[in-house]
Amino acid sequence: MEVINENAGLLSNLEVLLLLKDVQAGRNNQQKPNKDQQNLGTITYETVKYLERSPCALQTPDHVAAFMHAMKDFALTRAEKLQLLNNRPTSEVELILMVEESEERFSDEDIGGLVTAIATHLPGPEAEVSVAAVAEEEEEMEEKEEGEEAVDEDYVAI
Amino acid sequence: MQTGTMFVLVLMKDTVRIPPSKLHLDTTQTIVGILNKKFANKVVHNVGLCIALWDIEKYERSFIYPGDGATHTIVHFRYVVFRPTVDEILVGKVKNCSKEGISVSMGFFDDIFIPEDNLPHPSKFSETEQMWAWKYEEHDLFIEIGHEIRFRVMEEKFVDTSPTGPEGITMETTDPEPGPKRSPYTIVGTLAEQGLGLLSWWASAAGGEESAG
Repeated sequence: MEVINENAGLLSNLEVLLLLKDVQAGRNNQQKPNKDQQNLGTITYETVKYLERSPCALQTPDHVAAFMHAMKDFALTRAEKLQLLNNRPTSEVELILMVEESEERFSDEDIGGLVTAIATHLPGPEAEVSVAAVAEEEEEMEEKEEGEEAVDEDYVAI
Repeated sequence: MQTGTMFVLVLMKDTVRIPPSKLHLDTTQTIVGILNKKFANKVVHNVGLCIALWDIEKYERSFIYPGDGATHTIVHFRYVVFRPTVDEILVGKVKNCSKEGISVSMGFFDDIFIPEDNLPHPSKFSETEQMWAWKYEEHDLFIEIGHEIRFRVMEEKFVDTSPTGPEGITMETTDPEPGPKRSPYTIVGTLAEQGLGLLSWWASAAGGEESAG
């Protein structure tokens, strides 16, 4: 095995979650981990479990597109945008941790504006539950159940 | 410099052996299966913790060798790898506390350590509670096991844990101390900054009022 490029791209947590859910469900040309692939089963299960407790569990690709568009007003690096997307900071203290040299680069209004933009474009647990969000959540719940069943089967196989 | 995110794509090249028993199956599907079996949940030295195959970029020629019915194909592929950048902010759960510091787990990755020197200042270890506490004004803010904690990545340590061959044969450097189990990939974190530490410490700040207690 040879590593050609250690950094061939950055991924948002949502992209990883969607891939792993496809793996668990055997969708989109992915195969469910079989009993010969316990490592894949374990890491998929544990990573999905972690990501489903993180802000990306509520996000959809549409949210990400709207968020990235809104971030054009702020001079942030791609990695910074992705970290804000993954962490969805709700306060200035939190946000400043993720933006390097924020004091030199941004005014207080900018920082306040960023926090507001993040809260507007990315869904959070405190957001009012819209009809679309409910539908999505239900869908996610179903997927989650499917995923868990798949893993259970694996454990039985062990 | 923040140049990355916790999950990155790594482009790799490997020779995949397809045994005769699998030659009647779809080649791509078989290769996906083999690559996922080989790398998932493994740490690759200086690369990170491999999660799952992202896509296959290209195949080179396949070979057969005398005396072996299998095909050997060189495949270029991208793998999803957990490798947070130094300086990145992550959230995990407190797994363990000791005099030396705090162990944190992210569920799928366990080898995160926050040494005593990187705890919020001033912090004290309580022998009776076996817990660290941040002394904030008059209050002792305990770092309790199982609670969610935000930390910054300070350092990453890769240790080559591949077994060394019999003495005198391999040219690898000799194992320094074959003592306790070493982790192939460890992340060293810090809490010594505003906004880091247990999420509950800072939850009230979100409402606008900055009060911890």
